[in-house]
Amino acid sequence: MFSGFMLNAWLAGSIVAIVAGVVGFFVVVRGTAFSAHALPLGAFPGAAAARLLGVDEFFGLIAFAGLGVLGIAALGRRNRHDVATALSLVTLLGLGALFLSLTQQYSQEVYALLFGEVLGVSNAELLPVAVLGGMAIVLTLAFFRPLLLSAVSAELAEAEGISAAAMELLFLGILGFATAVTVPVVGALLVFSLMVGPASAARSLTTRPGPAMALSVALALVTAWASIALSYVTDWPVGFFVGALGAAWYALGRIVVRRVGEVRAPVVQ
Amino acid sequence: MDFLLKSVVAPGFFTSQPVITAMIVGGGAAIVSAIVGVFTVIRGQSFAGHALADVSSAGGSASFLIGVNPLLGFVVMALVAGAGIEVFGVKDVRERDLVTGIITGAGLGLAALLLYFAVRTTSTTGAAITVMFGSMFAISQSVAPLAIAVGFAALLMVGLLFRPLLLTSLDPELAAVAGINVRLVNGLFLMMLALAVSLSAITIGAVLSTALLIGPAATALRLASRPGIVLLLAPFAGLIATFGGILLAYDSYGWGGGHGWPVSFCIVALVLTLYLLASLVSRFGIGLKALDIEA
Repeated sequence: MFSGFMLNAWLAGSIVAIVAGVVGFFVVVRGTAFSAHALPLGAFPGAAAARLLGVDEFFGLIAFAGLGVLGIAALGRRNRHDVATALSLVTLLGLGALFLSLTQQYSQEVYALLFGEVLGVSNAELLPVAVLGGMAIVLTLAFFRPLLLSAVSAELAEAEGISAAAMELLFLGILGFATAVTVPVVGALLVFSLMVGPASAARSLTTRPGPAMALSVALALVTAWASIALSYVTDWPVGFFVGALGAAWYALGRIVVRRVGEVRAPVVQ
Repeated sequence: MDFLLKSVVAPGFFTSQPVITAMIVGGGAAIVSAIVGVFTVIRGQSFAGHALADVSSAGGSASFLIGVNPLLGFVVMALVAGAGIEVFGVKDVRERDLVTGIITGAGLGLAALLLYFAVRTTSTTGAAITVMFGSMFAISQSVAPLAIAVGFAALLMVGLLFRPLLLTSLDPELAAVAGINVRLVNGLFLMMLALAVSLSAITIGAVLSTALLIGPAATALRLASRPGIVLLLAPFAGLIATFGGILLAYDSYGWGGGHGWPVSFCIVALVLTLYLLASLVSRFGIGLKALDIEA
C-alpha cells in the first residue's frame, strides 16, 4: 500500500485534501454550495478538450473553470446566482458531450475524470497539483479576513470598504484554482463532498474561524487518506468513499449541533 | 416543397423507430421539465433540480447492473433524493443548499460504485457516458409507456396543486397566511421535480437534464411575466430545442466526418440559443411589453 507507485497517490491525495479543507471552509461559511458543485463539474469537459488539442489537461481544466467563473459572474444577478450557475454549468457540460464524442475517449478515462482516479497520478502531474493548490491556499489566507467578514456581515464589510461583489468574484476564482487541482484526483462529481463534508463538521465543533479551518483541513486529510486506503484494499472507486465519508462528517456536525443548539456564525476578531 | 423538406429532414427520419421513441420520450420530458422548471426558477431551487438529477444517476446505474427499465431506476433514486432533502432540509437557504450538496455527493458516490460493478459484471463499457450524458437514439421502445405515465403523473400533480404551488412559489408568507400548508406543498413540489428530472435524465443524461429544466423556463420568464403565458411559452421553447436537436443530430450523420453529433449536445445548444435570443429581445424590449401585465 505504501510502495513506489502508491507514493504519488498519497502525496496528491494529501495536497488535494489540504486545498479542499481550506477552500471548503469558505464554501460552507459563504454558502456557495451550488458554485462549488458546478465549477468542478463544468471544468471536467476542459480535460477532454485539452486531450483533443493535445495539451496538458490542467490547461483545459483551468480554462473551463475560468469560463464557469465568468459565466456565473456575468449572468448572475444580485443575490440570485442559481439560474446563472445552472445555465453556465449545462453550457460547459454540453460542450463536454461534444468533445467526448469527438475524442472517442475510452469510457474508463471518462469514468476516472468524473469519479476520481487517485491511483493514476504520475510524477509529472504532482508539480502542477502542488503549484495550483499552493496558489489557491495563498489567495485564501491572504484574503482571509475580508472573505470572512463579507460572508458574515455584508454591512460591516461595506463599512470597511470591502466590496461584496469583488469578494464574490475573488472567491469564485479561488474555487476555480481549487477545482483544477482536485478534479483529476477525486473526480469532478465528488470534489464537492471533500470540500464541504469536513468543513461542515468543523464549523459545528467550533465558532473560532482559525481553529475551524484547521479542523476542516485535518478532517479532509482523514477523509482522503481513508478513501485511498479503502479504495486500495477493496478495489472500489475512491469517489464512493469520499462521497460516503463527506455525508458522514456532515451528519456528525448535525448531531453535535443538535446537542449544543443553533449553528452559530463564525466570530470575526 | 418536397425538395425543401428533404433538404431539411434527412431521409428515413419519420420512419426510424429510434427517432420516434426519442421524440416521444424527449418531447414528454421537454414539456414536463419546462412546466416544473418555471416553478423551480421562481422558487430559486435550480440547485435542488440539478441535485435530484445527479442522484438519479445512481438509479440509472443500478438499472444497468440489474437489468430493469432504466427510467424506473432514475425515478426511484430521484424520489429518494427528494425525500432526503425534505427530511434533512432546514429553512435557512445556505443550510438547505449544504444538505442538498451533501446528498448529491453521497448519491454520486453510490453511482460511482454501481457503475464500477456494472462495468465489471456486464460488458456495458459505455454505461458512465450513457447515464451522465444520455444516449437518446438508444432508448429502448419499452421505456416509452412508463415515460408517458411518469409525465402524466407529474402534470396531474401540477394541475391539481396549481394555485397553492404558484402562491407558495411567489410569496410563501402570504401563502401561509392564506392557510396553505407550505411545508406539504414544498414536499410535493420536490416529488414533481423528481419525476420531471428523471424524464430529462433518461433523455439527455443526468448531469445535462438541468438544461431542459432551467433553460426553457428561464427563456419564458425573460419574455413574459404572466404565469399563464410563461407556462405556455416554456414547454414550447423546450419542444423546439428537443425536436430541433433530434433533427440536427439525425441529419449530422450525413454531413461527413465519420460520425454524427451527439443529440444531447444539439439539444443543449438549442436551449441556450433560445435563452440568449430571449435575453436579447427582453434587453431591447422588442414589442413584448404587452405580456408584462403582472410584475
